[in-house]
Amino acid sequence: MASNQIMFILFAAMIVVFSILTVTSRKILRAAVFLLFVLVSTSGLYFMLNYQFLAAVQLTLYAGGIVVLIIFSILLTSHISQKFESSGWKKNIFSALAALTGAILSIITILDYSFSATKEAAQEVNMKLIGKSLLSVDYDGYVLPFEVISVLLLAAMIAAIVIAKKGAPKKSVLPHLNQE
Amino acid sequence: MSSGIPLQYFLILATIMFFAGVYGFLTRRNLITILMSVELILNSVNINFLAFNRYLYPHKLEGMFFSIFVIAVAASEAAVAIAIIINIYRRFTTINVEDVNELKY
Repeated sequence: MASNQIMFILFAAMIVVFSILTVTSRKILRAAVFLLFVLVSTSGLYFMLNYQFLAAVQLTLYAGGIVVLIIFSILLTSHISQKFESSGWKKNIFSALAALTGAILSIITILDYSFSATKEAAQEVNMKLIGKSLLSVDYDGYVLPFEVISVLLLAAMIAAIVIAKKGAPKKSVLPHLNQE
Repeated sequence: MSSGIPLQYFLILATIMFFAGVYGFLTRRNLITILMSVELILNSVNINFLAFNRYLYPHKLEGMFFSIFVIAVAASEAAVAIAIIINIYRRFTTINVEDVNELKY
């Protein structure tokens, strides 16, 4: 067995185990750390597929940015030692049934379909090509989505500041939570 | 690097990750864990885009650029969602979706 196959099995096992643990763990901070493991192994898969730039983006933006943001908001909003009470067994069973049915149907479809690759030579993905394609207006250019995404990021930044800004102090509208 | 690994393995892996995210989205009741499930779903879609791009159309870059845009959308979505969650926590002192059941009026 070649070394890349061993690496793939390792990453795949990590992704499967930790993504299931992320959605079933009863402690919220542990779930966030398991999500971090999933994202790091995903960037390992991107390295195996030879997309180095995207793997680096995945590491810095997802593993470095989003997970840290999630952990900060967990620390702001929950008690660390608090465990979730499990939602009712009925909900769990039917959700698991729905997820399993969807997964099995998709896997059967994937195994049934014969994918046919093109015979064209693979293109080297380097930073120069990525930058040129992002800013080009030719047939292969991506300048319009690039501009749209920059406006979206600006809007999201302003929206996050405006929403999270502290207004006048308000009493909680739920009476049973006002006792403390 | 990816020789000897069929395309189907990547797709099956992404499928398992996607439906783990769907299961979490359906069963969780804390807003932050729901957000984490959505991140899992978006991430599995990215794996699909890149695997298709590398195996079926290696002379083009469409899958890669699409996943760059998916990552950007996921980042802005997480930022806005966490701002909303913090605001909800200030008002209701809880982020359990079953207690947060009314809008402004």
